[in-house]
Formats: sequence, structure tokens, C-alpha cells
Amino acid sequence: MDYLFTEEQKMIRDLCRQIAREKIAPIAAEYDRSEKFPHEAIKIIADSDLFAIFVPVEYGGTGGGVLDLSIATEELSRACGGIAVCYAASALGTFPIVLFGNDQQKRKYLPDLAKGKTIAAFGITEPEAGSDASAIKTTALKKGDHYILNGTKHFITNGGEAGIYTIIAKSDRSKGARGASAFIVEKGTPGFTFGKKEDKLGIRASITSELIFTDCKIPQENLIAKEGMGFVVTMKTFDMSRPGVAAQALGIAQGALDVAVKYARERRQFGKSIASFQGIQWMLADMATKIEASRALIYSCAKMIDSGNTNVAKESAMAKLFASDTAMQVSTDAVQILGGYGYMRDYPAEKYMRDAKITQIYEGTNQIQRNIIALQLIREAAK
Amino acid sequence: MNIIVCIKQVPETTEVRINPETNTLMREGVKSIINPFDMYAIEEGVRLKEKFGGKVTVLTMGPPQAEAALKEAISLGADEAVLLSDRAFAGSDTWATSYTLAAGVRKLKEYDLIICGKQASDGDTAQVGPGIATHLDIPQVTYVKKIEEVKDKTIKVERMTEEGYEIIESSLPLLITVVKEINTPRVPSLRGLMRSKQAKITVLGVKDLDVETANLGLCGSPTQVAKIFTPPARPEGEKIKGTAEEIVVKLAEILKREK
Ligand SMILES: Cc1cc2nc3c(=O)[nH]c(=O)nc-3n(C[C@H](O)[C@H](O)[C@H](O)COP(=O)(O)OP(=O)(O)OC[C@H]3O[C@@H](n4cnc5c(N)ncnc54)[C@H](O)[C@@H]3O)c2cc1C
Ligand SMILES: Cc1cc2nc3c(=O)[nH]c(=O)nc-3n(C[C@H](O)[C@H](O)[C@H](O)COP(=O)(O)OP(=O)(O)OC[C@H]3O[C@@H](n4cnc5c(N)ncnc54)[C@H](O)[C@@H]3O)c2cc1C
Repeated sequence: MDYLFTEEQKMIRDLCRQIAREKIAPIAAEYDRSEKFPHEAIKIIADSDLFAIFVPVEYGGTGGGVLDLSIATEELSRACGGIAVCYAASALGTFPIVLFGNDQQKRKYLPDLAKGKTIAAFGITEPEAGSDASAIKTTALKKGDHYILNGTKHFITNGGEAGIYTIIAKSDRSKGARGASAFIVEKGTPGFTFGKKEDKLGIRASITSELIFTDCKIPQENLIAKEGMGFVVTMKTFDMSRPGVAAQALGIAQGALDVAVKYARERRQFGKSIASFQGIQWMLADMATKIEASRALIYSCAKMIDSGNTNVAKESAMAKLFASDTAMQVSTDAVQILGGYGYMRDYPAEKYMRDAKITQIYEGTNQIQRNIIALQLIREAAK
Repeated sequence: MNIIVCIKQVPETTEVRINPETNTLMREGVKSIINPFDMYAIEEGVRLKEKFGGKVTVLTMGPPQAEAALKEAISLGADEAVLLSDRAFAGSDTWATSYTLAAGVRKLKEYDLIICGKQASDGDTAQVGPGIATHLDIPQVTYVKKIEEVKDKTIKVERMTEEGYEIIESSLPLLITVVKEINTPRVPSLRGLMRSKQAKITVLGVKDLDVETANLGLCGSPTQVAKIFTPPARPEGEKIKGTAEEIVVKLAEILKREK
């Protein structure tokens, strides 16, 4: 399908494809095994200006939109969902500053993030606050000209590797959801340490860890927007970033399909290539069709956001839901098409299946996405 | 440090077909790329610039389509690009090519280092780099695998040989040809790609260069191609197996027989 990309979008696609093929695919299995942070790949991505895509021109970026980021994430994920999420999670941590930061904050943080000199992370989840983010317990209480952070975030992508963290914490415990605020916390701030590093099923090239705040003092200039805006910042950030998670799922699905088609043409059983069996052909056809439908949904949603439309919660949720369910199904089918070989680590199929699963869980589980979509439908009908 | 990198546009496939009637390469319908060895030359030039400042100019002689190769070099970090293109250059052999490229280099005036790839994947002669140095009357070091040290007026490089390596110190300006051990070429950057899209390529023809027309193109090419053929593959060697004593005896027998 031709999605009528601009010249620059075609450049991003081709560049990311080249990086994925030449620089990421050859190391993907190694990082999956070792579960180490892929510094070499991140440096290549940074040197290629890809971290600049999601930063405005006046702060050192190329001023690309959500579609540009989706294209990049999709292509990188085709080679490795883990390495791609290190990249996409930096966008997630950067968006709150781009969307709600003041000029001083933008000037201080965005140029280095655009260069990939440092990466970002976003922390809202806590052990007892996952889907129900309003249950967060981390506090940020104002004291003079600074805030004191106390509490623990867990499951934070790029935790320990990122230099800049956007943290959602309660600045007013008495106010529930309206008592949450967003803060920028720099790595190295006294009282900010890293705890458990998770051992994961998939996206093992990415780091997921605990952030611990013990009387961590941050200057009041690091408050993003205003006190009480924490959840607004989060929701608007997720509206922007969900197409990115969807694109990660899309890339994983496409990578799995690529492997399955290639294998089906090569593998012979019953004296013929298995690609000649209709049972296999129909599987491949369904996989490809669902992938293309995901792509169309993601790109449309991204274009809608890029055109300035801010009422995108439903579309964003649909893109993430559909693409991630597709990725799970397509990657499972790819393993099936590779038969016993698909189950083995020497072949790339099983990694796609492990990497796909997370896309149904993070940035709002798919149950939560359905809640968002349904709520919106009901609201629209009630108007 | 001002660096000139000489690059060549070549057909993508390593299996170039040869027109049996004219004994020339058949280029139709084959995608063009930068000669793979020249990618290492570009990378080394850009790395030196990043370290010591200055600029990298890429230079090629070729048809107008060779602009694409120059633009790609810009996307990889080169600053300027010069294309030597003229009907009069057509049919150049390695002598005429290096003569013309040397004239192009003279036109660029200020330079400290010229970097070429070890050889081109289509012609495989490895003669153009050394030829340019000879025409310019500057020193040359071939098969460089490492740049050890750069000073104001001198450079120290490591050169690969069949037996090992040599470390050579030379005055600047110098021409080097590089092997693939020297670095890992980068992928382009997005800004580099944008810059290359808009880059203006300087195109120079016969009238822009200080050259004798008799030395150009087909008529300036002393090479006469008598016949082109693929040399027979080297036959497999014989492996002598057994205990140390048996091997020594067998080897001695073979040596006696072959004497
Ligand atoms: C690898 C990884 C990386 C992550 N990275 C980050 C990060 O960078 N930053 C960050 O802040 N967080 C991150 N997370 C956290 C992630 O967003 C949460 O895990 C996710 O939101 C789900 O929360 P939970 O794990 O507590 O599950 P729970 O909320 O406990 O959910 C358990 C189950 O109950 C279902 N459920 C919950 N509520 C409802 C409901 N109302 N209706 C129907 N079903 C419901 C869920 O869908 C799920 O199936 C990451 C998680 C993982 C695993
Ligand atoms: C962990 C593990 C343990 C195992 N243990 C044993 C064991 O103890 N003993 C033993 O003998 N074997 C064992 N096996 C092998 C296992 O039985 C085979 O992997 C299985 O029969 C599939 O064969 P295959 O892997 O060669 O896949 P293939 O036969 O190549 O199948 C590849 C794909 O093509 C499809 N396909 C093939 N033919 C057709 C057709 N005619 N029409 C439609 N679709 C078709 C398959 O369904 C599959 O999707 C084991 C495998 C694994 C992974």
C-alpha cells in the first residue's frame, strides 16, 4: 500500500530500514540472551539523528510528528522489539517536556535528548498502581523552593540508563487524581536510586527497573506545567505515544511475517515447499491482511494527531489495541509456520512471539484500551 | 585537515558481465553503488575531520549519474563534492583516469591528505590511487589499515602487507589507499540525508581543468585490452595427514618429486 509519505518520511523509513538490517538484526539475538542495554545500537540511532525526530526544530530537533516517529519505531522493531523500545521509551519520556514544558525546561533538556546524548524515561507505574494509575503513592511535597520526592516506581523502561526522568507523583495527597503532578528528575540527583532490574519474557534488550526516591530534593523549576496537572500530562502523553507502541507491535508483526514467508518458501515437506499448501497460504494471507490493517489504522491516527487534532484518545487506543493483538497473533502463527524450528532459539520466530506480548500490556493494557474506546463511544452517543 | 576522498560509482553486482565483442563492462540495468572500498575511505576522511577539523571533499570522474554517489557521500558526512564529467573523459583507462583526477585535485588547491579505496570492485586494478599520487608527484602509502598519528606536517600510518604490517611515517600532503580493516562505515544521518538532497555538486569539464586533451579519455589511454577471461580457480591444495613422522616423509617425497 502506498501511504503517500513526504520525502522526509521516506528518508526516515529507508534510513531506519538500513539501520535495522545492517546494524540491529545482527546483534538482536545476542542482546536478547544477555539482557544488557544495547549501547552500541543506541549510539548508532543517536548519530543518525533519529532522537531528533520527536523534538521541535527550535530545540535542536527536526520537528517531525507522530507519523515520523511511528515509521521509525516500526522499522527498528522489525529487527528487534527490545532495541526499538529503548528508543521509543525515550520519546515517551520526552513528550511531557515537548507538550507541557516551559521554554526554560525545553532549552535545558531537549537539545541533548534530540542528539541522543542522553535518553529519557517515563515513570508512573508503581507496585500497587498499574492500570489504576490514580492509586500512586509516591509523593512530591513542596518545601520552600523545592519538592521532596518519596516513593518507588517499578517496571520503568530505560530505568538506570536514562539521564532524564519524567515522574508522576502526588503533590497533594488529599486531592486524589487532581493531586498528581509531573516532574523532571535528573539521574544523579541525591536520593534517587535504582532498585530491582527485571528479568523479562521479551524485549530483553531493554532495561526495566525500579526507581527509588528517598527524600529526593528537586528544584521547583522541574515541575512540568502546574501542580495537579500530572494526569492531564500523562493522558496527553499517552495519546501521543500510543501510536508509537502500536508501531512497535506493527514492526514486530511485520518482522515475524517476513521470517514466516521466507521459511515457508524454503521448507520442503511431503516433497513440496510448505508454501504450496493452502493451509499455510491462508495463514500468511490473514497475517499480511491484519498487518496492513494495523498499519492503515496507525498511520491514519498519527496523521490525525499531526494535523493538530487533540481529541484522539479513542483512535489512539484503537491503533494500540488492534496492532498489538495482531502482533501477538501473527508472531504466534509465524512460530507455527516454522514448526519445531519456530520453537527453537536458533531461529528468529520465537523471539518475535516473546517480544509481541508486552505490546498488549504496557502503556495501558488492552483491557484498559477497550475501556477507553467504549467510554468514548458511550460519551459520543450521549451527546 | 583538508581531505579529498576519491570515489567511484560501480555496478552493484560483483558479477559484472563483460561484452564479449567490445571487451568493456556491461552496465545497463544494474544498480549503481559507491565502490565498497571507497565507503571505508569516506568514513576515514569524515572521522579525521571530526577529530582534527577541516573539511572533506569527495571527488569522482564519471557520467552525470555519478552525482548520486557524491550525494550519498555527503549524507555520510562529506562537506563538498566535485564531479569531473565530460564526453572527452569517456573510455579512460587507469592512466587517463588518474591523470584527470589529479587535474581535478590540483583545481581544489589546498589539501593535506587524499584517500582512495584499495581498489574498485568492477575493474579490480588498484592502480588509480597510486596513479593520482604519481601525477601529483606526492608520496603514497597503499593498503593502509590504521592511521596512527597526525601531526602538523606529518602522518604515521599502518600499512597491511601479506606477511604482517609496516608502520610508515610520511610528510603531508600524502595519498593513501585504505583496506576494509581500517574502520566500520557508519550509516547516514537524517540531517546528512537532508543536506545531500539539497547539496550543489560542482561539475567540471575539460575546459575547467588544466589538462592536455591528448591525455584524456580513450585516446589518452595506453592500455590495450587483448582478451578478458576469468582465470581458472586455483586448484585445491593437498592435505597431508598422519603422524608427524609420516607427514615429514610424505612431504619430503613430494618435494623431491616436484623439484
Ligand atoms: C516491560 C515493561 C515495561 C514497562 N515500562 C513502563 C514505563 O516505562 N513506565 C511506566 O510508568 N510503566 C511501565 N510499565 C508498566 C505497565 O504500564 C503496567 O504493567 C501496565 O499498565 C499494567 O499494570 P499492572 O502490571 O500493574 O497490571 P494490573 O493493573 O494489575 O492488571 C492486571 C490485569 O487486570 C486487568 N485489569 C485491570 N484493571 C482492569 C479493568 N478496570 N477492567 C478490566 N481489566 C482490568 C489488566 O488488563 C490485566 O490483565 C512497564 C511494564 C512492563 C511489563
Ligand atoms: C520441543 C520439541 C520436542 C520434540 N520432541 C520430539 C520427540 O521426542 N520425538 C520426535 O520424533 N520428534 C520430536 N519433536 C519434533 C516434532 O514432532 C516436529 O517438530 C513436528 O512434527 C513438526 O515438524 P517440523 O518441525 O519438521 O515442521 P514441518 O513439518 O516442517 O512443518 C512446518 C509447518 O508446515 C505445516 N505443514 C507441514 N505439512 C503440511 C501440510 N501437508 N499441509 C498443511 N500444513 C503443513 C506445519 O503444520 C507447520 O506449520 C519435537 C519438537 C520440539 C519442538
